[in-house]
Amino acid sequence: MGNSNRAIIINIAFVLIGLIYIVRLFMLQVVDPSYKFYAESNTQRKLTQYPSRGLIYDRNGKLLVANQPVYDLMIVPREVAPFDTLAFSQALGLPLEQVRKLFQEVRNNLRSRKISSFKPSVFYKQLSAEQYAVLQEQLYLFKGFFAQRRTVRKYEYPLAAHVFGYVAETNENHLKNDAYYSLGDYTGISGIERSYEHFLRGQKGARYILVDVHGREKGPMRGGRLDTAAVAGKDVTLTLDIDLQAYGELLMQNKSGSVVAIEPSTGEILSLVSSPGYDPALLIGRERSRNFPALVTDSLSPLLNRAIMSGYPPGSTFKTVMALVAMQEGVVRSSTSHVCNNGFHARGIHVGCHPHRSPISLVPSLSNSCNAYYCYAFRDVLDNPVHGSPKVGLDRWSSYLHNFGFGQRLGSDFFNENPGFVPNSEYFNRLYRGSWGSLTVISLSIGQGELLTTPIQMANMTAAIANRGWYHTPHVVKAIENDTIPSRFKEKHHTGIDSIHFEPVIEGMEQAILGEIGGTARLARIPGIEVCGKTGTAQNPHGENHSIFVAFAPKDNPKIAIAVYVENAGYGSSWAAPIASLMIEKYLTEQIHPSRNWLEQRMLNANFIDAQQE
Amino acid sequence: MHSRNNNTQSLDWVSIVLYLLLVGFGWVNIYAANTEADSPVFWIANKEYVKQLIWIGFSFMTIGILLLIDSKFYVEFAYPSYILGVILLLAVIFVGVEVNGAKSWFQLGAIRFQPVELTKVATALTLARVLSRFQFSFTSWQDLLLLGAVWLLPVIIIVLQNDLGSGLVFFAFLLPFFREGMSPYVLVFGVLAALIFVLTLLIPNYSILLLLAGAFFSILLFHKYRKETLMALAVASGVYGLMALVMQARGGDINHDMALLSGMGLASLGLGFKALLRRLPTVGIYILLFWASVGFAYSADYFYENMLGEYQRSRILVLLNLKDDPQGAGYNVNQSKIAIGSGGFSGKGYLQGTQTKFNFVPEQSTDFIFCTVGEEWGFLGTTAVVLLFVFLLMRLTYLAERQHSAFSRIYGYGVAAIFFFHVAVNIGMTIGLAPVIGIPLPFFSYGGSSLWGFSILLFIFLKLDTNRGQVLR
Repeated sequence: MGNSNRAIIINIAFVLIGLIYIVRLFMLQVVDPSYKFYAESNTQRKLTQYPSRGLIYDRNGKLLVANQPVYDLMIVPREVAPFDTLAFSQALGLPLEQVRKLFQEVRNNLRSRKISSFKPSVFYKQLSAEQYAVLQEQLYLFKGFFAQRRTVRKYEYPLAAHVFGYVAETNENHLKNDAYYSLGDYTGISGIERSYEHFLRGQKGARYILVDVHGREKGPMRGGRLDTAAVAGKDVTLTLDIDLQAYGELLMQNKSGSVVAIEPSTGEILSLVSSPGYDPALLIGRERSRNFPALVTDSLSPLLNRAIMSGYPPGSTFKTVMALVAMQEGVVRSSTSHVCNNGFHARGIHVGCHPHRSPISLVPSLSNSCNAYYCYAFRDVLDNPVHGSPKVGLDRWSSYLHNFGFGQRLGSDFFNENPGFVPNSEYFNRLYRGSWGSLTVISLSIGQGELLTTPIQMANMTAAIANRGWYHTPHVVKAIENDTIPSRFKEKHHTGIDSIHFEPVIEGMEQAILGEIGGTARLARIPGIEVCGKTGTAQNPHGENHSIFVAFAPKDNPKIAIAVYVENAGYGSSWAAPIASLMIEKYLTEQIHPSRNWLEQRMLNANFIDAQQE
Repeated sequence: MHSRNNNTQSLDWVSIVLYLLLVGFGWVNIYAANTEADSPVFWIANKEYVKQLIWIGFSFMTIGILLLIDSKFYVEFAYPSYILGVILLLAVIFVGVEVNGAKSWFQLGAIRFQPVELTKVATALTLARVLSRFQFSFTSWQDLLLLGAVWLLPVIIIVLQNDLGSGLVFFAFLLPFFREGMSPYVLVFGVLAALIFVLTLLIPNYSILLLLAGAFFSILLFHKYRKETLMALAVASGVYGLMALVMQARGGDINHDMALLSGMGLASLGLGFKALLRRLPTVGIYILLFWASVGFAYSADYFYENMLGEYQRSRILVLLNLKDDPQGAGYNVNQSKIAIGSGGFSGKGYLQGTQTKFNFVPEQSTDFIFCTVGEEWGFLGTTAVVLLFVFLLMRLTYLAERQHSAFSRIYGYGVAAIFFFHVAVNIGMTIGLAPVIGIPLPFFSYGGSSLWGFSILLFIFLKLDTNRGQVLR
């Protein structure tokens, strides 16, 4: 091999290596796209910008629910440098033991690869602004830690917890069902926080930053052009009158039960009380984990929204609807009278009644709450020869009830309404194996038996009576910032009862309060206001009966319709009626007439919870 | 000897332009790797690009001086410089500072200097001097001994400094040796030995044995010794099978090494006997070669397992990319490939690199400066750099071949060889084609002494080239 040949071989080697490298570079840089992807994830970090939730106002523009900052203490495990654990625990305001436990958790999560050593994860959630202020001064001592600002709810009043519901971190279901959410996001769990989550939550923003190999921030990506600002949630105005709500909760203190007040002309819920309630602040952020178990295990179920979730027999308050159905069916006229011989007696069936004038016509039958009158009316509806069968009659009766919103979810903005129960012929056929008649189910006529209704349904019924035949679905949200409330709240629902039939019923309801003789609700009388109401007592097999009262006022052009339930309080006239009347008075006149101060005091002092517990 | 003046030619401007392009583009990339978008201040004395600029200036000054010196001086200077270089190498072991585990740096105030850069120049000059001696022959044991001593003495000292990378650079001198007539078999055997060594780390000994046996029989077949091969194969596998059976019958594990060695031993004996009888020297040579390889494999394995410490073993594995070390070499190569790959066809644009700027790539301005080129200038930039180096190397061999003086020619090949080794290994490691050996990319990598050393290396040759018509002695 000549030496000049070797020079050529050497040059070939140079060129060959050069070519191999260029081909390799072509593969790396032009053909294979994966490296570009790796590079992106290497250097970009998306920082979520959390929006603040929409604010919540009452119908008069009073701020009810706002936001307050909290700080999540974040850790980037890889950047943590040795530090004084004692000083750290003091700065955090936590016992040393707990801090050790938190670090153990981080180590476990690192080992099980739940968190990354390079990326920030939450070390301690939701430090209050005060705690953070203390920590902030010393944070520089603890490498690898930083604070991330979040907002949680701040309640201006310790009221209406059941209406608001609460906000908590998303769970797996949320993450699965809505791509918007990521781990650690907050979402409304109940109440309107849940129903109006889409409006209240706003829009998360993102900040894309470049990070170096240690995850340290090195400035915005592409000059911040990709960043999106967080959009705050839309403010929501409620139909609640917070003063009325406060008064309702005050009156219902030491009682269990509920109050639902509706503006009849709009279906707007003015007040929705479920007692016992709780301070919504108990379920904010860190507090919740401590308080929630106590609320869940409380035997009085403060978390239960009785106003929409508890079904009771409506008792005598149902006689209003019974009268309307009978008149619409043509089996009762305002002049129709029935004999009441201390009750209704037929073929071994006895429905008792209290002493009153007999025979009795429609209006006084309501004001005196005669049981026999409605047994006759109910029997006449079911046994009406037009139908040929009481079963057809019952189904007709049942369909009227559905028109009033019973036996179904009203479709309010509470997601967890109880539909209550309205039996139909199919139900009784199953129950009695086909052999039943109007007398078998006669207790339905006075709102007992299988019939179950919720307080909100009763308030809605009252509103429908006040409107003389129609109602708007009760709802608690009046307006949404730059948006509209669901259109279903604008629709009128007709009861199928001609408006002419309402006058005698309303007359009876007025007489119940004004009537000198036999009026059942004279305690509900308010000077200068024409209140129409009907007492009721829901039989309670477990103890003292529940006191019920439904009312609206004024008689003409009604402004408020209300249903009051006081559990275990006995007759509707004694407790529910006065409370309803005080609510009405407060709402219409913004004060309580001096002549009724004794009544107000009596209601405030009444305690049916301790009595029940003993 | 001719007079100095009538035979002086002009400098080779092609090489100088290539040099300036590489140094300039190199600095531009060092600037990119170190600049921070939020720091508008340019002249910060401790910034690498500022320091590099100073070193470039210093290199230009040095070049000026080098070009003024008479070419003959370099011939005379070869041996003294070599002695000086070796003394500096030894001195650095005692008074040097340690950087990245290698104790190979002098620290003089703010200036750090690696004497190995000068030793490369001295060794290149001295090897040129030795090889260009009258009647030097690769067949003379004395000549080879002298050459080997001059060549390997610095390597031993450098390895003692724990600077394995720089030590390996000296193997680049095999290239001028090859040019000057060294048998190409030395290269072939060198590659073979390296391959066997790597294989001993990768697979069990008996597998290597099997491979070598396979190669042995294949070569015999290639040489048309069909009958002999088949017979030897039969003997070898027969003995192997028999021994394996006996071992199994005795209830112990099968010692494959023993069985294979016995089989091959018997087969070789038979073949050797036949080769002697039938006078087949090729077969004899292959038998010897086979057993030499087997011996090498076993001794390499013994050396690796029993004579090296755990730390050294691990270092070798990482160096050869055989050990998955995500925080070490593996991590570097992966990040480096990501940076280069993310550059795409035309790059992200100057100063727009994110991988290199944000320290994802380690040693981004020294050993991995090529990543910045790849990320910011894309395939166009990397190809341009590779082509510039290939042009420079070809230009250097062209210049070397036109020297009348053997000394100049051999030195020129030495320079080209050192550049070639650096370029091939440095770029190769950034794209995952070469083991991660921490050696700089000539003219590109940040580092004063390497730039200075490469400049001296190149411009001594360009000076010699001005006297290419003379025979320097």
